[in-house]
Amino acid sequence: MKVNEVPQDEAFLKEGKIRDLCYVVDDKGHYTKVLSKGWAPKNDAIKLAWTVVYEHAEEIRKQILAGKLSPVAFYMELNVMDTGILANYMNLSRRRIKRHLKMKVFKKLKPELIARYAEVFGIDSQDLTDIERLGDFKPTDENRF
Amino acid sequence: MKIDFKHQQAAHCENGVTSNLLRYYGIELSEPMVFGIGSGYFFSHMPFYKLNGMPVTSFRVWPGMIFKRVTKRLGIKVKRNKYKDSRRAMNDLDRLLAEGKPVGMLVGVFHLPYFPREYRFHFNAHNITAFGKEGDQYYISDPVMEHVEVLTAEELKKVRFAKGTYPPSGRMYYITGVPDQINLKPAIIKGIRQTAKDMLTIPIPFFGVRGIRVLAKRMRNWPVKLGNKSAVLNLGQVIRMLEEIGTGGAGFRFIFAAFLEECAVILDIPRLNDVSREMTAVGDRWREFAYHAARVFKNRDNGMTTYEMLADMLLTIADMEEHVFKQLRTISL
Repeated sequence: MKVNEVPQDEAFLKEGKIRDLCYVVDDKGHYTKVLSKGWAPKNDAIKLAWTVVYEHAEEIRKQILAGKLSPVAFYMELNVMDTGILANYMNLSRRRIKRHLKMKVFKKLKPELIARYAEVFGIDSQDLTDIERLGDFKPTDENRF
Repeated sequence: MKIDFKHQQAAHCENGVTSNLLRYYGIELSEPMVFGIGSGYFFSHMPFYKLNGMPVTSFRVWPGMIFKRVTKRLGIKVKRNKYKDSRRAMNDLDRLLAEGKPVGMLVGVFHLPYFPREYRFHFNAHNITAFGKEGDQYYISDPVMEHVEVLTAEELKKVRFAKGTYPPSGRMYYITGVPDQINLKPAIIKGIRQTAKDMLTIPIPFFGVRGIRVLAKRMRNWPVKLGNKSAVLNLGQVIRMLEEIGTGGAGFRFIFAAFLEECAVILDIPRLNDVSREMTAVGDRWREFAYHAARVFKNRDNGMTTYEMLADMLLTIADMEEHVFKQLRTISL
């Protein structure tokens, strides 16, 4: 890559805060460093990853409103976790986490445990217990945490 | 208290931390030098090792290796720790900072508050340096950031004990002793030779040049084996690993090319300039690959031909990398 080919496709990076440092070739064929605000293919890959998360979260949300899945499943998805990572953060077995994803089991959980989930997800306990809150919750970039 | 530590931005976190720590102890090495001597260049595609439920594709060596190798090859004494108890991990850090030692740490990026939100996946191989503490706040030199950042004790603890694939477990490392004289040339030779060896001769097919070929072969089958949707996701993950902060696959190829250019002068081996140019071409090809791959997942129903095309590009890259490292394998002073 040459100096004048360094992409400046702005999306997630911020000038003066965080930019990608690129090693590029100057006019004389020597290596030098240039900062880049981003590159479209990379931005697209990141966007794709989040789109998929939001799509899954939306499906889960519908299943919660239908009484099948629990809000734990929803916030687990929004936090890009799987049951393994969540089990690590909660210090519980994966098996128990999987059970807690079911609305039936979730409803019987003790408040202490719900509070721990809320802490891991960085939300209030009420966000988990008050199902109504998910009624018109659209998983998007703004609503992630 | 704050240690008089110079923060310098780098393309890659571990290079940056290593280079910044060395500079603090009076050893001025560029990022490419650190990367080359530390044999940071690598390729692996591990279907058995997963991140976000998909195989890990990596363009560099295991976290911690660059620091370990650079310091070992230059005769620098270091200490590395890993913890079960987060309180002890933080106490030890405080003690070292009070002694005036900057400390490198492995952290997860998911809870890193100053990172762009979109970059915060459960990626646990990021490196930062702490170089001071005032009240509850730590001064942090994060090599991918343009300026110094701060983290509260709670925030730092959280990222040091992130969970998921390859949890950092509070890993930290610091320099304890520097020799009077640094012998750069043999360290460079060792670095280059090890990279060539790793890229060409590991007998397990998932690593080095063979790993690129394995990825090509598997990629060809993705649309049939996984279905289009999952194939797109797998491709997206490869591109993220290729380009994202902390991994930057094509970036590594350019850093290595910059390293070879520096080596041509230091070792007085002009033909390394030719190899450097060849390496630049490899990096350009990886970028081309990323560009075309992104087109596939932007236009989701492109069909199988495109995966075939991408796989062919990978095979070309594999051949090019093989050619580079065959020339470097026998390098000597």
